[in-house]
Amino acid sequence: MKSVSELLATDGGHETWIPLLEMATREVFELMLGCQLTVAATAEEPAWEVTAMVGLAGQLCGVLSVRCHAKSAALMTSKMLGVTLDKVGPEVSDALGEVCNMVAGNFKNKIAGLAEGCMLSPPTVITGSDYSLRSLADFPGLEVRLLFESMPIVISLQIHS
Amino acid sequence: MENEYNLMSIRALIVDDSSVMRKIVERSLRQAGIDLTKVFEAGNGAEALVVLQENPVDLILCDINMPVMDGLEFVKQLGGVANAKDVPVVMITTEGGESHVVQALSCGARGYIRKPFTPEQVKEHVVPVLGGKS
Repeated sequence: MKSVSELLATDGGHETWIPLLEMATREVFELMLGCQLTVAATAEEPAWEVTAMVGLAGQLCGVLSVRCHAKSAALMTSKMLGVTLDKVGPEVSDALGEVCNMVAGNFKNKIAGLAEGCMLSPPTVITGSDYSLRSLADFPGLEVRLLFESMPIVISLQIHS
Repeated sequence: MENEYNLMSIRALIVDDSSVMRKIVERSLRQAGIDLTKVFEAGNGAEALVVLQENPVDLILCDINMPVMDGLEFVKQLGGVANAKDVPVVMITTEGGESHVVQALSCGARGYIRKPFTPEQVKEHVVPVLGGKS
């Protein structure tokens, strides 16, 4: 098995992580929210309303983000808390930040050497869609598009060398 | 009957900087069949030490990465709290590395659960430290 640095040195080598990123995401939703994600048929690019981000530092440096609509974020929160949608309040940012944190942690735990050699930052959550996010990544980003209760979510990993 | 006895009337302290995660952990404990009579919450290790000064508990579930005082430092300092030095601590964290597990156990934690987790995994790791069988 190639090390993280060997993979990053190989052109496109890190793209072998896409299935792991998808698996890490699916596991978080299955275990913590009790729902199965499905594959998005189209690569639509709607105006995302909530973005959660977790930084990675160490053997792998970058930013992992989860983007979705406000309605999706509220539904995730209701499932995590075990309450109806109308009972969801300001916990939405906390919930989406935790989802992002668990996806990032679960992802790095699937890659040899990263569980020990990569640290996660506390999550940051942005609400609203009128912004642009510019990472200093110098590798092509990895992206997984899935549907949560028929609503699109995007999980992205931007990698810095 | 001993098994059932050990899972009854449990006072738990849940330490995590995410209030949503604290609620999930509490729900998972209840789903695991643990009869929680009182649940205390703290957002970091320092807050947890303050809670423990006034409130005896039977079980502590604790995250590792938290602001102010992380979970490992909290477990180290627990020995100095008269109310809590023998209370079992189970870590619940996204940190899945072997060194993190070893470090947590050597600091005094009695169990280690990786996020994401199921109520069954919570039961598997928590019930034994309460003296029962999972």
